[in-house]
Amino acid sequence: MASPAQPGTIFSPALAARFDRLVTLYPVRRSALVPMLLYAQDEIGYVSDAVVAEVAARIGITELDVRNVVSYYSLLKTRPAGKYHVQVCTNISCMLRGGNEILDHCKKKLGIPNKGVTPDGVFSLEEVECIGACSWAPAAQVNYAFHENLTPESMDQVLSDYRAKAPNGEGK
Amino acid sequence: MADVTFTVDGKKLTAPAGTLLIEACRAHGIEIPAFCYYPGLSLQAACRMCVVRIEKVPKLQTACTTPVAEGMVVVTESPEIAQARKATIELLLGNHPLDCPVCDAGGECELQDMTFKYGAHESKFVDIKNHRDEQQWSPVVYFDRPRCILCYRCVRVCGEGMDVWALGIQNRGSGSVIAPNGQDHLDCEECGMCIDICPVGALTSGTYRYKTRPWEMSHVGTVCTHCGDGCKTTLGVRRANDGMEIVRGDNRDKSGINGDFLCIKGRYGFDFANREDRLTQPLVRQPSGELKPVSWDEAIDFAGKRLRELRDARGGQTIGVIGSNRTTNEESYLLQKFARAVLGTNNIDHHRTADYPAFAAAMNGESEASLRDFASAKAVLLLGNDPTEQHPGLAWQIRTGVRLRGQHLYVANHQNIKLRRQATSFLRIRENDYAALITYLAGDDSALDRNGEAKAFRDAIRGEGSLIIVFGSEFRGSDVEALVKFGSSLPNVQLACLGDYANSRGAADMGLYPDLLPGYVPVIAAAHFAQEYGASLPSQPGLDLLQMFDAAGHGELAALYVVGANPVARYNIDPASLRNTFIVAQDLFLTETARLADVVFPAANLYEKSGSVTNTFGDLQLVKKAADRAGTRADFELIVRLAVAMGADVKQLVPFGHRGVRADMGQARGAQSGEADRHGVWLAAHHLEPKLSPFDPFAIFDEIQRLVPAYEVPRLDLLSGNDQHLRSGLVQIQHAATRRDVVWPSNDTLFTSGTLGRYSRTMSSVLESREPAETAAD
Repeated sequence: MASPAQPGTIFSPALAARFDRLVTLYPVRRSALVPMLLYAQDEIGYVSDAVVAEVAARIGITELDVRNVVSYYSLLKTRPAGKYHVQVCTNISCMLRGGNEILDHCKKKLGIPNKGVTPDGVFSLEEVECIGACSWAPAAQVNYAFHENLTPESMDQVLSDYRAKAPNGEGK
Repeated sequence: MADVTFTVDGKKLTAPAGTLLIEACRAHGIEIPAFCYYPGLSLQAACRMCVVRIEKVPKLQTACTTPVAEGMVVVTESPEIAQARKATIELLLGNHPLDCPVCDAGGECELQDMTFKYGAHESKFVDIKNHRDEQQWSPVVYFDRPRCILCYRCVRVCGEGMDVWALGIQNRGSGSVIAPNGQDHLDCEECGMCIDICPVGALTSGTYRYKTRPWEMSHVGTVCTHCGDGCKTTLGVRRANDGMEIVRGDNRDKSGINGDFLCIKGRYGFDFANREDRLTQPLVRQPSGELKPVSWDEAIDFAGKRLRELRDARGGQTIGVIGSNRTTNEESYLLQKFARAVLGTNNIDHHRTADYPAFAAAMNGESEASLRDFASAKAVLLLGNDPTEQHPGLAWQIRTGVRLRGQHLYVANHQNIKLRRQATSFLRIRENDYAALITYLAGDDSALDRNGEAKAFRDAIRGEGSLIIVFGSEFRGSDVEALVKFGSSLPNVQLACLGDYANSRGAADMGLYPDLLPGYVPVIAAAHFAQEYGASLPSQPGLDLLQMFDAAGHGELAALYVVGANPVARYNIDPASLRNTFIVAQDLFLTETARLADVVFPAANLYEKSGSVTNTFGDLQLVKKAADRAGTRADFELIVRLAVAMGADVKQLVPFGHRGVRADMGQARGAQSGEADRHGVWLAAHHLEPKLSPFDPFAIFDEIQRLVPAYEVPRLDLLSGNDQHLRSGLVQIQHAATRRDVVWPSNDTLFTSGTLGRYSRTMSSVLESREPAETAAD
């Protein structure tokens, strides 16, 4: 079994402390697996091999067990995404109100295909299933922020706002 | 649990409450198809093949997850059910390639059989099938992803059954895929259970894939030649240019003492038999110093004459004999008889891997555990040894017992062996503390210093109502005696002693010792043996194996006869010390020992002969001739021929033909061949086979049963292919003096098996593939 305190953690002290507690909250340690992976992805940007190894060690399961779960969930990424991950919904409500056009617009504007990452690492694009914003369709989600009632023009504004937030040369 | 009564297909059945419907039906001969369900593994309910109609339940139910209930009314075959199964198969075939004509599983594939039965001969799918290239995960395991039907049997048997957890499932839905733990390769024990259990041809083995068709093989159930567990392995053999070659080993019929288990050795470690560098011609050393192939007659005459000359000129006490851990009981017995009655020497020994004589002496009527007993034991105490590496069959039995029956396992070891993960209690001790541990367990608190942990361990063991104590070669001599004495102080105790090779126990039981005759009878009490053998036997204990080589170094060993052993490599003998010794060796390969010999006979291995072997737990089993290699002969025949060449009376050596050398084995009844078979079995069962040939091992087996009481087991059961536990309670022996301890455990791992293991390409390739990494998964 893994010891809770990892000498050489890849996470920030705050997150490492959070993980130390997280594994104690459930009747079995592996119940902490999915939240840990989500938090780790938020901090590291994606579920890297190092994340898999450390999470496995923290819980006391094999890396294979971790990979089984990671590969199940499409929201867990094993490759780096952009600093701003643009998720455009094309499910029924959004589709009816122009979600596909928004997606096509983003592809053209960012110059990347679905699941692509811009060369500077600022943006990545993904077509997603329903994000629960049907009342304000079409909608997109950038990281955890929602942008609703989109048109190609307002989408441009959203993208340029994020572009402005990214310092020059920022990326991965 | 109480029985419940229910109705299946109009038949009233009874089964214990809690029994799964699928099992209850199978027990009554009603087959319900299933891909994912596998007895003994956790339930998956993934394949939907076992659906049945249960009255008053609106939808079809999976029989694999439904326990039987009182008054339940079930229909297992109806047009509705057939339609449901047909639809399931159609979905499975949506992505499954129809490469059955070249697939390893073609002809013995569960999906193929079910498709045949339910006739999903057309498909509504028009999409292109998902293709992925085959992957090699290890020297042994290949994965052909499109063939996989996602039943997860492999994942479960690897994790739950083997406690290796090397296989997982990645992605989801129809995109799910079985994944190995090393991302692109497997890091595991290479047991091949996943391949064996695969209902289709998705997992295939490096040794068998694309080699043959299942119906081209004959299948022979025999006993594995490697470790001391004596697992049954069913060899698939096929005619080759120079005999019968082995192409596959498995135990799909779950017939032996090992259930469905086999490790890499039993499953793939047969390949040494097919090597092209096997000896197939007798070799005799020429005056030039070269070993040259000669005819059988020439080699046997030469060896026999020379041994006779040396015996007559220098005396039997200057001749040594070394037997094997892998020859049959009959061969070991015959070898010691040959040594004592023909060569006139007690200088006979073998590579000893456990102190069986001390065990036999200490037991004195105590109950010895069969490998089968571990399957039902309530509690097991494992002292020393690492069964995962050295006795994989035993480890499987223990793991299964802990997992399915809540067996209590107590482990005391000087290493963190893998079985500690199943242990109720694990006590780590120092390497030289095993004897002290027994003293402590027997009640002497001062024997061990770390008391707290050890006390709880002792209390728990003493609290068990019944217990099997199994110990490794860490225990010898008086330690074994102390251990057995401690055992006998507990209620309902059985004991087992672990030795290393397929017939190490048999070699010991058959008297391959300088001081002990078959059945551990001291050589000084040889009267009834002398009477049976019709010869005067040497009554002084002879030289043990190490003393023989010492004697050779001093020029006092005139001749050495080595049967199926490689002492020169095993004991690191200086070849120069054997310069003045006439050596006759018989083996499969030109080993380090055979290379020094003056005469080398090419021998058959355990898969190429008949006879019996005894596993380390005292389970006696028949081996059957499966393969054949032109140019080799069984050790049994070689010993007989050598004795004849020395001028011995062959009927005295092998008691055959006393009722004539011709008999009616039922041929007179002509076309009634079934009658003939029954006739033969009946004769054999009553010790009445005419024993027409001097090479008939059963002629010697008769003699063994006469002289070694423990081997007096029911003959018919043995002939039917069942393992028979020795009647060790009949062994009553006393040892005069303390014996010299020359036990040398071989410390084989899962991937080594003495000299023989070095000639297995599969085992070598696994070792090479993990060179930088550590050994078995832990």
